[in-house]
Amino acid sequence: MKYVFALLEKELRYYFVSPIAYVVLTVFLIISGYFFYNILTIFIERSMFASLQSQQFGGPPPSIDVPALVSRNFFGVLSTVILFMLPMITMATFADEKRRGTMELLMTSPVTNLQVILGKFFASLIFFLVMLLPTLLYQIFILLYSSPRMAFGPIFSGYLGLLLLGGALIALGIFISTLTENQIVAASVTFGAFLILWVIDLSARSGGTRLQEVLSYLSILNHFEDFSKGVIDTSSLVIYASFIFLGLFLTFRSIESLRWRQ
Amino acid sequence: MIEVDHLTKRFGSVKAIENVTFQVEKGEILGFLGPNGAGKTTTMRILTCFLPATEGTARVAGFDVFDAPMEVKRRIGYLPENPPVYNELTVDSYLDFVAKIKGVDPKERKKRIEEVKNRVSIKEYSGTLIKNLSKGYKQRVGLAQALIHDPQVLILDEPTVGLDPNQIIEVRQLIKGLSGNHTIILSTHILPEVSMTCQRVVIISKGKIAAVDTPENLTRQLQGAERVYLEVKGPEAMVKTRIKEIEGVLRVDSNKLDGDEAFSFSVETELKKDIRSRIAKKVVENGYDLLELRTLSMSLEEVFLQLTTKEEEVRGQ
Repeated sequence: MKYVFALLEKELRYYFVSPIAYVVLTVFLIISGYFFYNILTIFIERSMFASLQSQQFGGPPPSIDVPALVSRNFFGVLSTVILFMLPMITMATFADEKRRGTMELLMTSPVTNLQVILGKFFASLIFFLVMLLPTLLYQIFILLYSSPRMAFGPIFSGYLGLLLLGGALIALGIFISTLTENQIVAASVTFGAFLILWVIDLSARSGGTRLQEVLSYLSILNHFEDFSKGVIDTSSLVIYASFIFLGLFLTFRSIESLRWRQ
Repeated sequence: MIEVDHLTKRFGSVKAIENVTFQVEKGEILGFLGPNGAGKTTTMRILTCFLPATEGTARVAGFDVFDAPMEVKRRIGYLPENPPVYNELTVDSYLDFVAKIKGVDPKERKKRIEEVKNRVSIKEYSGTLIKNLSKGYKQRVGLAQALIHDPQVLILDEPTVGLDPNQIIEVRQLIKGLSGNHTIILSTHILPEVSMTCQRVVIISKGKIAAVDTPENLTRQLQGAERVYLEVKGPEAMVKTRIKEIEGVLRVDSNKLDGDEAFSFSVETELKKDIRSRIAKKVVENGYDLLELRTLSMSLEEVFLQLTTKEEEVRGQ
């Protein structure tokens, strides 16, 4: 465990001395801020319009739950934005170690491959958390100023969902990073893989055939929707856990095979 | 300390090393000599558990590299050809990280880091980012990294490559100073390095061991004969026949020297027979002027060339 911690510490240190970390953090903050502002404006306008209409025509008061809608849509946007951001977090994990020859240091030190992989996985996950941290501010605004008070549950489940989705994507990204020595190649392939997941999700939503049903069940993006609505489904937890396990398992095998291939 | 037994490593159909067998005693510095691509790095990578061998076994401090890799890794300090450093870390934070993954006792860690920094003289660069260090200092950081857990065995892959002459001398002295406490294997394709730092040499060529011995013995053994060089003033043919009369002389070659009737002679003699005084006596007795007389010992460089060319001839046939 202390080895995992040492590796994790090194990874985090490495993130925060490289410019990439700050670029990713800044870009993510700008994009998420922009979308939060837009979503908020749209729904406030819509609800004002609806209440004006009801006043004019004397209908029942509008039943638009602005905070819930804002938070649900905001989580939806975040889940898409991280598809673009996470490749940049995972691209260097193994590719860079291979390129600079430090893989030899790790593999000739008394640490197991599993410890190395876990150290990197949790470091990326922690970095992802740090990236999400500022968006909590937006949620606090909603919590403070919404009336009726917004429920805390969906926010919690939304972040849990993001974390699981992020974990699954990171595991896949780390695996892809073991396949090359080139960070750019790793980032491109990872991004391509994420896009494929996205396309699978889109095609799963577009119809109701058997295949599409199966796809929608397997699509990790689809499962995120439940979380953003405040629903924590066991099957979603299982899907994410399996996906993370699969990604880390492939990473493990890839690292093992590195020894035999060289 | 290190036992390598009939080690073979294949990459696909290519044999990188074949039937490599040698031992290293405790506290010894063993030189691993061979041209690029001879299999030096492959052998070292097998010893450090980085690569698995196709056949054969290797044991470090009694532990098999395949069966007990963790035990072996704990006892080995390894400096690959390119020092495995993280450019964006400072020397201190890098050594701290390496100390942690090498399992150095947390209470000892600070002290160990200071010790190795002193040892390789990089103390004044403690807070410097590694990317700002020169190649020579990066190499020292690499060496510090290999020493941090006070390993019984040090494996250094071309530790002086790419350094300037002063740095090379310093690193060699450093390595020499480490013997005794550590068993060291050092690979190089620079010949003087071996004779300067190593007690024993393994010469490897095209994946096979060509010779294992001390640098001195190796030179002698491979010569098969010793040579004496002399310059004499006198008739060339006469001097030649006189020298050939001496017991133990195998061959005499002569060359005309510039200036008055002096000639140089290269006399090949039987092994371990010093006949310099007899040659001198003979020359003087016959009334010729002896201008110079000395033994010619073959440099390791020549031996090495001989080894590899031999190999070449075998292949060519």
